[in-house]
Amino acid sequence: MTTDRLAGATLVLMGIVTIWQSRAFPLGSLRRPGPAYMPVVLAILLIAFGVAVYVMGSRARGVAEVGWHEWRHAIAIFTACAFAAWGLERLGYRITMAVVVAFLILALERKGWVLGLAVTIVMAWGSFYVFDTLLRVPLPRGPFGL
Amino acid sequence: MLETLQNLGLGFSVALAPHVLWYGFIGCLVGTLVGVLPGVGPLAGISLLLPATYGLDATSALVMLAGIYYGAMYGGSTTSILMRIPGEAASVMTCIDGYAMARKGRAGPALAIAAVGSYIAGTVSVVLLMFLAPPLAAFALRFGPPEYFSLLLLGLLVLAYMNSGSMLKGLAMAALGLLLGMIGIDQMSGYFRFAYGIAELGDGIGVVPVAVGLFGLAEILLTAGMANPPEVIRPKLRDLLPSRQEWREANWPIWRGTVIGFLIGIIPGSAHVISTFVSYAVERKVSKHPEEFGRGAVAGVAGPESANNAATSGAFVPMLALGVPGVPVAALLLAAMMVHGVTPGPLLIHQDPKLFWGFIASMYVGNVILLILNLPLVGLFVNLLRVPYPVMYPIILVCSILGVYAVNSSVVDVWIMLATGVLGYVLRKLDFETAPIVLGLVLAPMMELSLRQSLAMSAGSYLIFVTRPISLVLLGVGVVLVVLALRPLITRSLDWRSRLPAESES
Repeated sequence: MTTDRLAGATLVLMGIVTIWQSRAFPLGSLRRPGPAYMPVVLAILLIAFGVAVYVMGSRARGVAEVGWHEWRHAIAIFTACAFAAWGLERLGYRITMAVVVAFLILALERKGWVLGLAVTIVMAWGSFYVFDTLLRVPLPRGPFGL
Repeated sequence: MLETLQNLGLGFSVALAPHVLWYGFIGCLVGTLVGVLPGVGPLAGISLLLPATYGLDATSALVMLAGIYYGAMYGGSTTSILMRIPGEAASVMTCIDGYAMARKGRAGPALAIAAVGSYIAGTVSVVLLMFLAPPLAAFALRFGPPEYFSLLLLGLLVLAYMNSGSMLKGLAMAALGLLLGMIGIDQMSGYFRFAYGIAELGDGIGVVPVAVGLFGLAEILLTAGMANPPEVIRPKLRDLLPSRQEWREANWPIWRGTVIGFLIGIIPGSAHVISTFVSYAVERKVSKHPEEFGRGAVAGVAGPESANNAATSGAFVPMLALGVPGVPVAALLLAAMMVHGVTPGPLLIHQDPKLFWGFIASMYVGNVILLILNLPLVGLFVNLLRVPYPVMYPIILVCSILGVYAVNSSVVDVWIMLATGVLGYVLRKLDFETAPIVLGLVLAPMMELSLRQSLAMSAGSYLIFVTRPISLVLLGVGVVLVVLALRPLITRSLDWRSRLPAESES
């Protein structure tokens, strides 16, 4: 399986799912397009491009040749970001960001405690001060007022 | 001509008044700071500071708000170049080669070229604005839904034709972006499409979370944890300025970007975004070394950055000449004028020449202020690159999450950033370019609306796109691009020699 063939097949699948999901809205006609018209046209285009990418993708490099060596790190970073999205309004901006930065610098990157804590405090509390206090961009405080 | 110069003299007497100059400086400074923060673009900056101008006179208020606008447009390039985080859609193209230049240790020159390019584009486009505003505004008003649809289609074709990979892959990514743009309330029927009960998706998927996810987060996921993380760059003082060779390479792209940006900028809508894509595509096409694009080509920074700033002035054309705001920021400035009791429109120039020409002259002054402000800051910004990557990327992540959240105070936007970050990561692994997705997303709602409005105008006849001259020309250029892209395939199959075995060629 080459990278292009994998991508082409995925695009075709996405096109089919979109057409399936578009059944919920009126399609209209060619002369009077309804809300499903454009999504269906674009999905058909996506399928066409997907098929073409698949057919012409025989000479692309194999999926196995793509290096995925950083996947553990990538998953850890993604998890930290997902925690931020989850905790922002539940725990408050400062606590959430402090946990995220401390996890990334201290646990994942294994940097020194002093540096890690300094960056954590500056980023979590400093950015809150600049945005929320000075620029008046409302940031969530959570149940602890942090 | 003489009258225009006399009027401009009157304008300068207003714009160079110490208090107006001071508010212009404040506007440029705040604008640059706002632009540097990802997500908080000119629209948010002006909205936040609009109430602060209520106590000022109309000229000072307008000069300050306009300063925020072009300051933010420039500031967005800084994070694009240094961190690959586009503050908004117009900075997406700067990300590609600007960041590549930064990784090669040429962040200073990239920032300096962006500053000088923005200055030249800003100044030249104000001259164009002064002399050409009325006729150009009238031309822009001839853009109805059919012309607009053809222009948007052409924008997509230009991008796909000129992207560094295959046209097919570019079009596939543009189609994916257009599909993402279908999410949200259908403007004509009110149907809630593909929202799955998430109310925040009613306005559709925002450009900022997608751009930050596809570029910023994807880059971090790709590079963090690498066996050899990006080296810490320790720029020397002499490396902060572009070399003679880099100036030469930037020269023509700046001028071309200026013209492209100004002309496309006067068209209402998000045309300034298209202008950066078109400028990048044109530079790639005319370059003697197109293979350098994506790897740190100077023209890839100079062209789009100039186009971006020229389009900013271009967007003022319909606003000043006709009182019609072409972009949301112009609408805000229009609102600011009305708050101060000024009625925008064709009569403004006669009724309040001091304000009109003061505003024009303040643009010249504003561009000089921006240059004076930004060139010394280049050294400061570049020093950010001295921070080791394992410490730098958590900081970038916090800025990204904060910026994306701050736009709408919505956690849904942060989730969208995460999802598109993973999408960008996988697509980069599979050798697909992600810029066309952003363009597709920006254009999708406008494209659908203009298609359906056009068909409503013509009672369902698609001939409306070829019977109107401007639309016909735009579509014609699009067809030529498709034919040019397909030419290698056609000529290869027609050329019998290509099918001969290698031995017989001798």
